[in-house]
Amino acid sequence: MKVLDAVAWLGAAVLGAVEYVGELGMFTVSGISHVFRPPYYPRQIGRAFMEIGYFSLPVVALTALFTGMVLALQSYTGFSRFGAESAIASVVVLSVTRELGPVLAGLMVSGRAGAAMAAELGTMRVTDQIDALSTLSTDPMKYLVAPRLLAGIIALPLLVLLADILGVMGGYLVGVYKLGFSSGGYLTSTFSNLQAQDVISGLIKAAVFGFLIALMGCFNGYRSRGGAQGVGSATTSAVVAASVLILALDYVLTQVLFAK
Amino acid sequence: MSEIKIRIRGLKKYFGAKKVLDGIDLDIETGTGMVVIGGSGTGKSVLLKSILGLVTPDAGSIEIDGVDVLKAPRGQARELRQQIGMLFQNGALFDSLPVWENVAFGLLAQKKVSRAKARDVAVEILAQVGLGVDVAGLSPSELSGGMQKRVGLARAIAARPAIMFFDEPTTGLDPIMGAVIDELIVDCVKKLGSTSIAITHDMASAQRIGDKAAMLYEGRISWSGPAAELLTTPDTVVDQFTHGRAHGPIKMALRK
Ligand SMILES: Nc1ncnc2c1ncn2[C@@H]1O[C@H](COP(=O)(O)OP(=O)(O)OP(=O)(O)O)[C@@H](O)[C@H]1O
Ligand SMILES: [Mg+2]
Repeated sequence: MKVLDAVAWLGAAVLGAVEYVGELGMFTVSGISHVFRPPYYPRQIGRAFMEIGYFSLPVVALTALFTGMVLALQSYTGFSRFGAESAIASVVVLSVTRELGPVLAGLMVSGRAGAAMAAELGTMRVTDQIDALSTLSTDPMKYLVAPRLLAGIIALPLLVLLADILGVMGGYLVGVYKLGFSSGGYLTSTFSNLQAQDVISGLIKAAVFGFLIALMGCFNGYRSRGGAQGVGSATTSAVVAASVLILALDYVLTQVLFAK
Repeated sequence: MSEIKIRIRGLKKYFGAKKVLDGIDLDIETGTGMVVIGGSGTGKSVLLKSILGLVTPDAGSIEIDGVDVLKAPRGQARELRQQIGMLFQNGALFDSLPVWENVAFGLLAQKKVSRAKARDVAVEILAQVGLGVDVAGLSPSELSGGMQKRVGLARAIAARPAIMFFDEPTTGLDPIMGAVIDELIVDCVKKLGSTSIAITHDMASAQRIGDKAAMLYEGRISWSGPAAELLTTPDTVVDQFTHGRAHGPIKMALRK
């Protein structure tokens, strides 16, 4: 009996997972197709852009600045053991542009904007607002989801560009004012090793992460059920799913972008 | 013999093992008001949502203007359903938009009014439901429940739809406002020649706004007839329900 229960449980879990992935797949396809078909809702796009991009500025900026500073400090204590202090500037700029900028900005924005999206759409779902939209000649996928996907794809690369600059600045501040590098020397070694590809690959990652954050926020909010508790768990799922996907896809993208 | 605007046959909707709608047959004639009554949780809202396409039924047919919207191509079904204005049970106002934008939402979406004029139009419609200009700029969360209901009503009738659904339009309103809203509903429906379905628990309201009435009981329409007969029909289920008797067939059904 126990064995049968376990099998039944496992079966239900697998079916649930398959259903979730299937729903997500259909939602993704539908969402993307709506991004490319009019009517467009510029106000909604603007609002989503503000929510994802503008209001995330402070948290992304601070994260990037401190990350750059810690990187410089940490690599100094490590590298000085074998006299490689001169590599610090390059380590900071390459780590920030290729990896830490997009990944950390992605995680921060998912916690902020992804959660907010899931909560807003979830509340709209359980209070019939999403149903009300379709009774008012408005497709909720077009009105609610497409603008957020678009805003995510555009806003995150811009945030990451800022994070790149502030991360390097953090490293510069520690390098010059604490570790005694010359200002010119630090900047020279920062840019001498930096290639356009480093920055661009980071921005491509950012666009993918921005899409993921908006997708998971919208998807989990859109399908939430059952009042306040349902909205709460939709919010949690959105952040957890986006964060895990960001880290997993970061690996895949790194593999693809830097395949030699 | 007037024509049928909405014809429902054998409509079934199950949620898991729960048979909420279990074979609904209902005709609504063009230009008439149908009142649907029934106990809490019997599926009245689900019935309206099925017609609107917000809930997918498991079986049956729903004809609007003679076309089965469950089988018609998506575009045609959407067009047929676009004639329906809906007042949701809880209002379902968009809380990210001010009151006037809520009211004008459908008009703006259908490009029946320009953004510049939308606010004035909305204020006019708000006045019809007894709300002043001062309300127009507020957010829905700043309104009382009854005011939200009236804004919901204003939004539902703004586009002068040919079909109107009212899910408990007077619940949560004081008796006088309830009567005013009833009058407004009758007015709209009659003036525009619209067809309406209203759900209500209020028998006085039911007789004011309904020409016909139907009782939803155990997943089916157990009784239907002129709304005027609601309180006098010998049907035991309707009699118990409309008179609010604690004892009768409905209570027995719940006990077993
Ligand atoms: N999305 C859903 N998923 C599962 N069950 C649902 C769903 N929507 C409605 N139900 C169930 O269907 C039944 C009918 O619900 P409905 O909202 O239509 O009731 P109602 O007749 O409108 O009641 P009330 O007068 O209280 O508004 C309820 O038992 C409810 O639990
Ligand atoms: Mg209901």
